[in-house]
Parts: sequence; structure tokens; C-alpha cells
Amino acid sequence: MSETTNQLLDNLNALAAGLFLLTAFGIVAMRQVRGCLNLFIVQSLLLAASAALLGLRHQSAHLYGVALVNVISKPFIVPWLLRKTSPEEIYTRREIDQALNIPTSLLMALALAILAYFLGMPLLNAVGPDFRGPNVPIGIAGLLLGAFTLTVRREAVPLLIGLLVMENGAFLTGISISRNLPFLVELAIATDGLIIVFIMGVLTRAVQKHIGTTAVGTLASLKEVAVEPTTKGVTK
Amino acid sequence: MSVMVILLLPLVATALVCLPFKRHWAAGVTVVSCLTILLLAARVAWLVSAGNSVTAALKAGMLKWIAVDGLSALILLLIALVGITAAIFSMGYMAHKNLEPRKLLLYYANYNLFIFSMLAIPVLAEPTLVWIVVELTTLCSALLVAFENTREALEAAWKYVVLSLMGAAMALFGFLVLFAAMQAAGGGTYTWEGLIAAAPLMPPVLLQTAFLMILIGLGTKAGLVPMHTWLPDAHSQAPSPVCALLSGVETTAILYVILRLFPVMKAAPNSHAEVWALVLGLVSVGVAAFLLLQVRDYKRMFAFSTVEHMGIILAAVGLGASAAGYGAMQQIVSHSITKSFCFFAAGAALLAVETREIAAVRGLIRKSPVVGAALIFGGLGITGAPPLAVFLSEFSILKAGLNQRHYLATGLLAIFLVIAFFGVMMHINRMVFGAEEDAATTNEHSSEEKEQKLPFSCRLTLLLAAVPVLVLGFYIPKPLHELLTQAAAALTK
Repeated sequence: MSETTNQLLDNLNALAAGLFLLTAFGIVAMRQVRGCLNLFIVQSLLLAASAALLGLRHQSAHLYGVALVNVISKPFIVPWLLRKTSPEEIYTRREIDQALNIPTSLLMALALAILAYFLGMPLLNAVGPDFRGPNVPIGIAGLLLGAFTLTVRREAVPLLIGLLVMENGAFLTGISISRNLPFLVELAIATDGLIIVFIMGVLTRAVQKHIGTTAVGTLASLKEVAVEPTTKGVTK
Repeated sequence: MSVMVILLLPLVATALVCLPFKRHWAAGVTVVSCLTILLLAARVAWLVSAGNSVTAALKAGMLKWIAVDGLSALILLLIALVGITAAIFSMGYMAHKNLEPRKLLLYYANYNLFIFSMLAIPVLAEPTLVWIVVELTTLCSALLVAFENTREALEAAWKYVVLSLMGAAMALFGFLVLFAAMQAAGGGTYTWEGLIAAAPLMPPVLLQTAFLMILIGLGTKAGLVPMHTWLPDAHSQAPSPVCALLSGVETTAILYVILRLFPVMKAAPNSHAEVWALVLGLVSVGVAAFLLLQVRDYKRMFAFSTVEHMGIILAAVGLGASAAGYGAMQQIVSHSITKSFCFFAAGAALLAVETREIAAVRGLIRKSPVVGAALIFGGLGITGAPPLAVFLSEFSILKAGLNQRHYLATGLLAIFLVIAFFGVMMHINRMVFGAEEDAATTNEHSSEEKEQKLPFSCRLTLLLAAVPVLVLGFYIPKPLHELLTQAAAALTK
């Protein structure tokens, strides 16, 4: 493939990765549960786009497979599974109490993104020129921002999305530096994401049925000290 | 061949369990399947310890991702062993709860899937596939932790899933970087063996990053301090037979994956895997020992003791000598058999007194001699009192540490072990021998309640599970010794 086409593909891939980072920020800040889910779907599509572009750039049919798996599983099967397993009203929720307010969370997220850049540079220098690109630092940023989402959110679905963002981040790095993984492995990892959604959906439903809330982040009855025998009551 | 059968059996059992037969069908199928797995695993371990390859036929075919060496065979055997004892214990424990048939079926289906996911960990040799089955262990056991559907159980299950999966995402990153490191070193097959071969040429920064990400990520699931916060919750809220599996073998199986990286790190120049292991291990032992003093729930107490033991094993590996490696392997065995016994005893206590609170249980030896004796035996066993299995393994670790001139680390380890001993025995002593008047105010259950008979299968399990704890304190059979030696060799290769 010609030099200009390669240049163009690299630029497009950088664009997809940049937008990926933006969606990760959006998920940190978004309060509506449904909005979070939509942003996650956009992010997964961007991941698929990055995989497809890299596939085109490096002539790797294998990366097309990754893109295809992502396009099928994330935008369609994940929301479907969530709707099957967890209560419907969960989507209409809007989180009022976050551990941190939105401007502070965004500032923290920014700091994490910068940290990711510094963490990613040594890795990028080690993998060789063929693998250069924005995917490594942005993938690490996705990993960190997903973990950050997990620490500040309380609702069940945003927490689940935080986990999936972490996995997307790991994947975004993976498609650029370890692009020859056996396809079976990629497929298994994608299936694994679906099992996560299924199990967490089932758990969310059980939590709502037996405790009457989906703000799982606020559950804190299991502690070492000061457990009153009266608060250890069994909800039946 | 038997390796494939071992992997297929739990899946077949899961399918069979779902057939709508009589009440004891599901339990019966599970016990038969687990017993067969144990026999096959013992055969595999026997063959491996005698130096035969059990996967040659498979390797010639398509399946180059399956490999069983001494270390794998050891873990496989332990999972199979606790799998069968926990299955027998489940029979009585679950029958005692009078569950509706559908719920019981769900339990056994999940149980078999969980066993499958654990058995696959030591058998698979491709790191990313191992990552996937590690993830499966979390997902299969999540519903088992939440099984009782109480507020606490659901909270515990939620924390367990979120933190384990968070760790798993970091570990996934680590495994992908490891793959990249291998490609940078010139490729080869991505298996544990291939990694060791490629390690000397890997870019150090990639290898180090991968190791740390995997250590932190999987360390979360193995319950290493400071990522242990979910462990006492999940390991105390699950039904007792599941606790035995979670604490006894799941944590060990996860630790096994971390241990697989040590020979890789050793083959690379200038890596400090041992230092990380020693520090993280000692911190885990120390923190857990002090937390053990202040627990209020006896199942949580055994859960903290799991954190302590994971720390001991990791610290022993960090001591670095082959003698310490042997000690670590011995500790893996003794911890698995003793901890599963402890949770069976705790489950029996829960059936007898129906409370998890230490303060509410007094004078158990008078009320239920079997349970009281089992708790004392378990407590002494897990804290390393002679002449039981843990004593022997801890002794060999400390001895190896002194021989290596790690005086500070060994001294700290010994002090923490003593603190943990006092912590556990203080609580158990009060529960078993304490005067009942002390607890008269908090104890509504014990006074008038009629004596409940412990189900036969629970008694049987306590008896069966006690045998290896006792025997391995005196004597290590020759094949097991051979297996331990090979497993320790796999750490330093």
C-alpha cells in the first residue's frame, strides 16, 4: 500500500483513538444511566473502527475479525442482555449523589489521562516502530478511567460500564501491540464480556429484588468493626 | 487423554444436573462426577510424578495449548480433592436448608461449572486462555456467593465481582503486553514454556510492566493485601462448601497463575520478581495477622487466615531458594486441605448454632462435641500447631529462610505466624470452651433450642477431610514428595 494511504489510515486511527478517549471522559461525567450506556456503545464502535483501520494498514484479516466481533457483540448483544436480566427502570435513573462532583471528576480524569501518556511512552518505545501509534497511551487511559469510574459511581449499570471500559482500554492497546493473538482467544475474550454483562445483570436484579435499590455502591454492611447485631438482620 | 476427560466431566455433570429427576439426583451426579475427577487427577499426578508425559498424545494432535507438569498436576489434584469433599458436604448442608428443587438445581449446576473453570486453570498453558478461565471462575462463583440472597451475601457478591473483574482487566492488559514482549523477542508459541524460552530477549520494560500488571490484577483475586478487601466478605457469605472451594483452592489456583511468571522473570536478566513477592507476601501476612485479632465473625476469621496463607506462600516463593520453593508447594497443599476442613467445621458450626458471630457462641463442646472438636482441630491445623500439615510446611519455609540468610524476613514471618496463632486460637477457644454465662445476653439461640443433629454427610466430610491434615503432618508419601519437588523445580526453571 502506498505511503499516503498508510499516512491517511494512521491519521484516521489516531482520530478514532482520540474519540475513544473522549467517550471515556464522557462516561466519567455522564449522570444518566442510559446516556452512559450509549456512550459505551459509541466507544465500542470506535474500538472496532480502530481495529478495522489497523487491519487495513497492516493487512491483517485477523483484526477485521476483532472489529466484526466488537460490532456485533457490544452495540446489540450487551443492551439486549441487560434488558433481559436487569429491571427496566434502571435506565431511566439519574445519579444525584456521586462520590465526587462532575468538575472534580473531570479534573481527576484529566490527570489520569496525562499519567497514562507518561506510562505509555516507555512501552511504546520498547515495542518497535511498526507498532507506534496513539493506541497504547489511550488504551492505558481507558483502563485508568474505567477504574476511576468504578470508584466514583454508585449505580449498578455505570459500574458495569466502568468494567467494560477497562476491558475496552486493554483491548485498544492489545490490537496495536499484540495483533497476532489467535482468533480463538479474541473470540473467547469477547464472549467473556457478554458473560460479565449477564452475571452482573442477574446480580443487579437480585439486589433490587432483595434490597430494594440498585445503588450498589452504597451497600456497606460488611465491616470488621462496629457491626451491631441488630443491623445484621436478614432481609427476607 | 484423562486430562481431557477431567475437563469434560464437570460440563457433562452440569448438563445432567439440569435433568428433572428426583431430589437427590443433582447431588448424586455431582458427587460421582467429582469422585471420578479425583481418581483421574490422582492418576495424572501419579504419572507426572513418575516422569511420564500425560499430554503427548494431545500435543501430537491439535491441542498444543494443554500442558501438565508437576506444578499443574499438584494444583489439579488439590482442586479435585477439595471438589469431592465439598460436594459430599454440600449434600447434607443443602438438604438441611430445605430449598426448593429449582434453587438446589441452580446450586449444583453452578457448582459443577465452577469446578470446571478451576480445573481448566492448571491444565491450560496459553496465558490468555488461562486469563479467560480465571475470569470464568469469578463469574461461575459469583452466583454461588450470592446464593443465600441476603443483604450481606448480595453485597459480598457484588464487591467480589467488581473487584475481581477490575483486577482481571488489569491482568488482561498485562497478558497482552506479555504477548507483545514475546513478539519483540522474536515470537514462538505463546505458552508458559514458550515464554521462558523467549524471556532473555524480551525488552525489560515490557516484561516488567506485564509482570506488575498481572501481579496486581490477579493478586486482587488471590486476596493479597492491599487488594484483599472483598475476600473476607465473599469467603464468609457464601454457603460453607463454596467457601471451602473459594478459600481452599480458588485462591491457590489464581496464585498458581502468578507463580507461573516467576520462571519467566528469572530467565530474564535483572528482574526483581522475588523482591516483589517477598514484600507483598510479608505485607499480606502481617496485615492479616493483625486483622485476625479483631474479627467478630468466625467465617470471616478463616477468610482472613486465607489472606495470611496466600501471603506465606508468596513470601516463601520470594525467599528464592529451591528449598523455600519446596516449602511453598508444601504450604499450598497443607493450606488447601486444612482450610477446606476449617470451612467444613465452620459450616457445621453454623448448622449447629445458626449464627456467625463469635460473641454469640460459647461452650460449643458441650452443646455439640463433634462440631467443637472439629473447630479446635481446624483452628490448630490452620495456625500451624504440631503435628499437623501446616506446621510441617511452615517449618520448612522458615528453615529455608534462615538457610538463605533472610533473617529479617524470616523473623517477621515467624512473628506474624505467632500473632495469627493467638488471634485464631483466642476466638476458637472462647467459642468452644467458653462459659455460657458470659454470652447469656447476646445468645438467644443456644439455650432452649433443641439439639440439632449434624447431617451424616457433613460428619463424613469432616472425617475424610481430617485424614490428610493429620497424615501430612507426620509423613509425606514418596509420590507426593516427588510431585512437590517437580512443582518446586517448575518455579526456578
